[in-house]
Amino acid sequence: MINKESRKGTILEINGPIVTIRLPGVHNGEQVRIGSLGLYGEVIALEGDKAIVQIYESTEMVRPGEPVEGLGHPLSVELGPGLIGGIFDGVQRPLEEMFLKAGDQIPRGLSPDPLDREKLWRFVPTENLEPNMPIIGGARIGTVQETETVEHRIMVPPDIEGELIELAPEGDYNLEETIGQVRDRHGHVHHLKLFHRWPVRKPRPYQSRDNGIDPLITGQRILDTFFPLLKGSKCAVPGPFGAGKTVVQHQVARWANADIVIYVGCGERGNELVDVLDSFPKLKDPYTGRPLMDRTLLIANTSNMPVVAREASIYVGITIAEYYRDQGFDVVMLADSTSRWAEALREVSGRLGQMPVEEGYPAYLASRLAAFYERAGRVETMDCGKGSVTLIGAVSPPGGDFSEPVTSHTKEIIQTFWALSKELADARHYPAIDWVDSFSADVGTAAEWWHENIDRGWEKRRGQALAMLARDAELSRIVNLVGPEALSSAQRWVLEGATLIKEGVLQQSALDPVDTFSSPEKQFMLLDLILTVYDEGAALIELGVPVQELSEMPVLARLRRCKELYDSSQIDQLKAFREEALQDFKAIHSEYAQRGEQTA
Amino acid sequence: MSAKEYRTASAARGGLLTVSNVPSIAFGDRVRIRDQKGNTRNGQVILSSDEEVLIQVFEGTDDLDMENTWVRFLDEPVEIALSPEILGRVFSGLGEPRDFRPPIVSSLRRSINAAPFNPAARTYPKEFIQTGVSTIDGLNSLVRGQKLPIFSASGLPHNRLAAQIVRQAKLPDDDSRFSVVFAAMGVSYADARFFQEEFASSGVLGNVVMFVNMADDPPVERLTLPRMALTAAEYLAFDLDRHVLVVMTDMTHYAEALREVATAKGDVPARKGYPGYLYSDLAEIYERSGRIKDRHGSITLVPVLSMPSDDITHPIPDLTGYITEGQIVLSRELHNQGIYPPVHISPSLSRLMKDGIGKDFTREDHPHVSNQLYALYARALETRNLASIIGADELSARDRRYLEFADAFEERFVRQGEDEDRSIEETLNLAWNLLSSFPPQALTRVTETEMAKYHRQSGE
Ligand SMILES: Nc1ncnc2c1ncn2[C@@H]1O[C@H](COP(=O)(O)OP(=O)(O)OP(=O)(O)O)[C@@H](O)[C@H]1O
Ligand SMILES: [Mg+2]
Repeated sequence: MINKESRKGTILEINGPIVTIRLPGVHNGEQVRIGSLGLYGEVIALEGDKAIVQIYESTEMVRPGEPVEGLGHPLSVELGPGLIGGIFDGVQRPLEEMFLKAGDQIPRGLSPDPLDREKLWRFVPTENLEPNMPIIGGARIGTVQETETVEHRIMVPPDIEGELIELAPEGDYNLEETIGQVRDRHGHVHHLKLFHRWPVRKPRPYQSRDNGIDPLITGQRILDTFFPLLKGSKCAVPGPFGAGKTVVQHQVARWANADIVIYVGCGERGNELVDVLDSFPKLKDPYTGRPLMDRTLLIANTSNMPVVAREASIYVGITIAEYYRDQGFDVVMLADSTSRWAEALREVSGRLGQMPVEEGYPAYLASRLAAFYERAGRVETMDCGKGSVTLIGAVSPPGGDFSEPVTSHTKEIIQTFWALSKELADARHYPAIDWVDSFSADVGTAAEWWHENIDRGWEKRRGQALAMLARDAELSRIVNLVGPEALSSAQRWVLEGATLIKEGVLQQSALDPVDTFSSPEKQFMLLDLILTVYDEGAALIELGVPVQELSEMPVLARLRRCKELYDSSQIDQLKAFREEALQDFKAIHSEYAQRGEQTA
Repeated sequence: MSAKEYRTASAARGGLLTVSNVPSIAFGDRVRIRDQKGNTRNGQVILSSDEEVLIQVFEGTDDLDMENTWVRFLDEPVEIALSPEILGRVFSGLGEPRDFRPPIVSSLRRSINAAPFNPAARTYPKEFIQTGVSTIDGLNSLVRGQKLPIFSASGLPHNRLAAQIVRQAKLPDDDSRFSVVFAAMGVSYADARFFQEEFASSGVLGNVVMFVNMADDPPVERLTLPRMALTAAEYLAFDLDRHVLVVMTDMTHYAEALREVATAKGDVPARKGYPGYLYSDLAEIYERSGRIKDRHGSITLVPVLSMPSDDITHPIPDLTGYITEGQIVLSRELHNQGIYPPVHISPSLSRLMKDGIGKDFTREDHPHVSNQLYALYARALETRNLASIIGADELSARDRRYLEFADAFEERFVRQGEDEDRSIEETLNLAWNLLSSFPPQALTRVTETEMAKYHRQSGE
């Protein structure tokens, strides 16, 4: 529980971001402010009467002997309306406001309130809630329209339970005003506000866990069709630099059918966050038609910002994600990159002199990673609703080597693995997701959704396409040994078919205004069309049509372009094209069938 | 500044000096050390406790005699004096003049460890810079405010390419004020002279600030040098509204100096002996480039680094690639074929080009042409590989076309003169010349409209 009284002490030693202090009665995990600047930090170890503190800001020019103050509570975030649309640093300081207040660079010791205290929100109390009713933590007491898209549900904080003694009528309130009162069983009266605080390292409670059932639709063909991810699931996107991890994550943030998107830029580039800040307000959510920024929130600890706050940033992100999950939303949290978080752990453990096990990482790397990913999931919330947190973490393996500790430990935890390949990226095959190394443990569950909502042939078609890609790899190996002459016509048509799949389905440009998003219906139509064309061609080859003649059919070039010629609303036009294309094959068919009859 | 000197140094090892019995000293404080010969050395506090401090000595701790070592704490972080007079000057890694002229006198002094830019203060870099080099402009375009390194290796012409970029870089239709900040770490006298003469002969010398640390200068100064240079660049860009191009060479020497100090400090190594914080340390440097809201200037950063043993997965290029906004990779193979600039297309990338090229910036076909060339060249290299196994005669007519394309592309598009300044128009037209050797249906990355307009066969 939060302890309000603060205590004083002194600094003993400064070793970069790790500071040793003497502060009687301080707790492990407690927040402290150190030095005359009041830099924020967190106690990470107690040694006798000394405490080791990690500082979220640069400790330049701090001296031994300067004062220290214990704040009596662990690192916590503010949860309430005003989060969405914002950009916060790794310890939830509001960056827009800091920019207005303090200019281009981030000053030390400044800590404005994460949420605007003055802004008025229209609070609408939940109907049927009467004074004297028993009420539990997580119960909804009202709503606030946070953005056009998000109706924010105001809940009793999870750690409060008792009897509702008062609930404010509908009206405009700021965050500090009391909108309800609850008396707990000790008789203590809690004043509820539109926001509350929650410690970031403590998962928020829920009733029970549920299995994921619906796929998260991202509008990206290789993801949705080949390596589906369920809402509430865990996913990793590993890849060497420049392979496309950030683009994949941005695409998911843009086009996924989620209610809330939390994007954590953890140790990556400042400009990538600016890209989101600039483009999202102008882009429309394909499901609601409203600006994407109305459902998005950014956490930024860029690579030049203090390392220790990087470690905190993903916990800040996931705690906010859980908070919206508890309101009954489907939340997607993207962390780019979890490797930078792991490196922050390594940095701190190194400074503490802990024994490194692999590549300098501490022994607890695997368990910390697992515990973090474990906070994803689809749950039954305290007030018996459903909500989910889907977690997608980028991994940046040194040298692109997937056997390194962070990638290999992550791989054991997640259900969906979108592996990016340098070879594909170098050939500008985007997204450079390797269909051999990637996997999804949820194809079966996703199939039920596709079969019910899109087409019963989905799982079969998906399997056929993957089989053709595997055949292609095999045949290409033969070609590389003995040359293309060694292949039969049918085999060469397989190579053509695989190329069509790669260019017409797998490759998808994030930059093309049409191709950037593909509805599930369009995804299936394209896949089915290409496989049908392949089948038609295979039948013609049986009849003796030379591969050459088929490969040069103009309709194939158009087929490769279908993805960017027809957007997701032009399914009818796509169908018309399909008829046209098949017609061309029929024409050749009848030509050859006739010839066959003549010679017979 | 404190005048008190302490003679309580208790140990010296690998560039680090321990001093005991000092009053509370600030972490990061600057230190001046007088050795037994009366020479001055500089240092910085890297650990401070109530019992002792640890000082990193920039000139090294060789033959320091503890009894006769006098330590003075300056009570200020490492700073640089700034004024418009820095243009045309040459400084050391510690900001001292290297050109036999007096030091800069200015009331404006800034710590070289700037607080990080607030991401909310940045604006997205979008303005295409024409370098006149086809492989860069056409395929890996540079934009104002970008950080785009050159990955090179020993014996490759990275310096000539960097100099060509400095000479030719311009924004089409723009004559705003520009400056160059040149940061050299661990370079040879020949290289330093090469750049100096380059700047002099192209008449930009008066707009250049040079920070130079030679191969035989103390390696520790390489740690402060890029930060000095970037602090100067920030001053030029954001105080004086200039567009600054920062060229830093060779970042590998920087990283090696960092490793040396880290090892002496006993930091836990991650890969190849480099400390785990190499990533964050490099990021502190590279992320100082960019554009800032409501500021007129910009910092465009072109670091040069050599890949040890030509290995792109070595921690230095690897971590750099994870931070920068792309990379221009040089190829020994192309260099050995006598091709200049030997830009290895496949692993090269510019992440910011997407918003800086196309209709309103260069030409509408540019993004697609670039993609198309990449795709064709990737396929052509596969074909070349195949031909080397089974022989070119065994190839199909279609494959042979790819083979010919690979040669033509390298000879005509990649290769260009050191003084050849191609406009983006010329580069794109050259690209269409090469693309036109393929029938339109083989080109699926360009649109049908673009094909009709630029493809020679369709245009007829
Ligand atoms: N689907 C795509 N469509 C178009 N371009 C893409 C796509 N995916 C990746 N790219 C290109 O690849 C570049 C690099 O991608 P990205 O920045 O996502 O790499 P990354 O894996 O995040 O690298 P790093 O680890 O260095 O951050 C992009 O700038 C873009 O040019
Ligand atoms: Mg990235």
